Amino acid sequence: MEVFLQQLINGLTLGSIYGLIAIGYTMVFGIIGMVNFAHGDVFMVSAFIGLICVLLLTTVLGMSSIFLILAITLVVAMLFTSLVSWTIERVAYRPLRGSFRLAPMISAIGMSIFLSNFVQVAQGPRNKPLPPMVPDVIVLMERNGYQVTLAYKQLIIMAVTALLLVGFWWLVQKTPLGRAQRACEQDRKMAALLGVNVDRTISLTFVIGAALAAVAGVMYLMYYGVVNFADGFVPGVKAFTAAVLGGIGSLPGAVLGGLLIGLIETLWSAYFSIEYKDVAAFSILVLVLIFMPQGLLGRPDVEKV
Amino acid sequence: MSAPAETTEAPAPARASEPRGAPLLSVAGVKTYYGKIIALKGVDLEVNEGEIVTLIGANGAGKSTLMMTICGSPQAREGRIVFDGRDITRMATHDIMRLRIAQSPEGRRIFARMTVYENLQMGAAIDGNAHFDADLERMFELFPRLKERINQRGGTLSGGEQQMLAIARALMSRPRLLLLDEPSLGLAPLVVRQIFEVIRDLNASEGLTVFLVEQNAYHALKLAHRGYVLVNGLITLSGTGRELLERPEVKAAYLEGGR
Repeated sequence: MEVFLQQLINGLTLGSIYGLIAIGYTMVFGIIGMVNFAHGDVFMVSAFIGLICVLLLTTVLGMSSIFLILAITLVVAMLFTSLVSWTIERVAYRPLRGSFRLAPMISAIGMSIFLSNFVQVAQGPRNKPLPPMVPDVIVLMERNGYQVTLAYKQLIIMAVTALLLVGFWWLVQKTPLGRAQRACEQDRKMAALLGVNVDRTISLTFVIGAALAAVAGVMYLMYYGVVNFADGFVPGVKAFTAAVLGGIGSLPGAVLGGLLIGLIETLWSAYFSIEYKDVAAFSILVLVLIFMPQGLLGRPDVEKV
Repeated sequence: MSAPAETTEAPAPARASEPRGAPLLSVAGVKTYYGKIIALKGVDLEVNEGEIVTLIGANGAGKSTLMMTICGSPQAREGRIVFDGRDITRMATHDIMRLRIAQSPEGRRIFARMTVYENLQMGAAIDGNAHFDADLERMFELFPRLKERINQRGGTLSGGEQQMLAIARALMSRPRLLLLDEPSLGLAPLVVRQIFEVIRDLNASEGLTVFLVEQNAYHALKLAHRGYVLVNGLITLSGTGRELLERPEVKAAYLEGGR
């Protein structure tokens, strides 16, 4: 029971991070029908931007307030990561729009390799550590010498994610931009006929997805305290799995899928084998694709045309 | 370049009472291709302010292609399209629409996963929903059914309701030129009459300029001030609605059983 509770907390934390990344996959897929394989690496780049920002703030500017550092880092990482993603879309995807369907996907794989290699060359291949930022924990319960704890950083991750999701939901459902985005997702030609600048809307989709991934990146950095140039791949594919599990194209699905993948992974590690946790996550991908390709909250597409 | 109009006896008169300036929309020598296939072979036509102009033609004649070409999607490969004195041939679709051209396109293209309300909001997107509430009330007057369905998703509406929504959505942008692509397609005669009445009323009361594409030639020509006949990507006939209704070619090709 205590172990389960602890893993539940850990799983939800990890799941929040996956969910934030998964939104980027699912939004881009929704609007242009393309799996943005570079998204995982955009996430990794954001963690590095966060790392550099934290080091600059602490060593050069000598700041000590953890929350201020975290807040500034989040904003900086979101801004720069958005810029990176915007540029990628402009350079590597937009010119291929209207080309055959696989072209932008292959280009995305190229961007993925480019980003991880660029970071490897620019930052070095080794793990980049960060001094522990928020070490405190809350002991929730204690029995038979086993403590169930909720770390402050876990609390921060869940709270920031929840807050962000509310804001994001509002953006998509209630603002003209979100409406234009949903319109483009359903019928780009019609959206253009209503005066929507489709290219700009697609760019903004990439920017929003990247900003959420940047939050995930900073959270990841804070949680594990270490980042590596290859760290984009596995979390990236897991977030993609989350998006597929939730139903690719569905925003609530991406969040749900992220939480589920996070839970499955941590529970599997606790009860079966930590070495095989990735196998568990990716088996889900295979099973979902075979037996339930529309995912949990994916739309069945039965609308009248 | 100019279309070899077989027979154009009457030089397309506008309504007698109105002074004629430059046309609101003029299409000259427009050729549109889909890849290597030519769909419009040099179309010329004009729509004057305050007119209802109908384009009739068989399936595959290029009617919808012409509608979409006016909106820059696809763009004309040759020729010139001028709206309100401005060359829009090479403009991006969203910029053309911002000049207040609105289209209710073929197949209606309602956003199926958005509510009726959101569909109408999209219609008013170009000016940031500035007159949204007033215009919404107006749409409810024109199409009371939409009011009942306001929170329903577009995909759950019947065909007739979707057509009303498509027209209302186009009107929400307060267009200077309304392009209607086959608004009668697949609808019950009663609904068709209702929709045509709305178009006539808007034209009469507000001077709305309408360019209408129809297969339902009889009703469309009765409604229109002027009409054109499109055959295989070329305009072959033009004249007032009444004149075209009397033409034997039109009668034979488009009116047999058309009423």
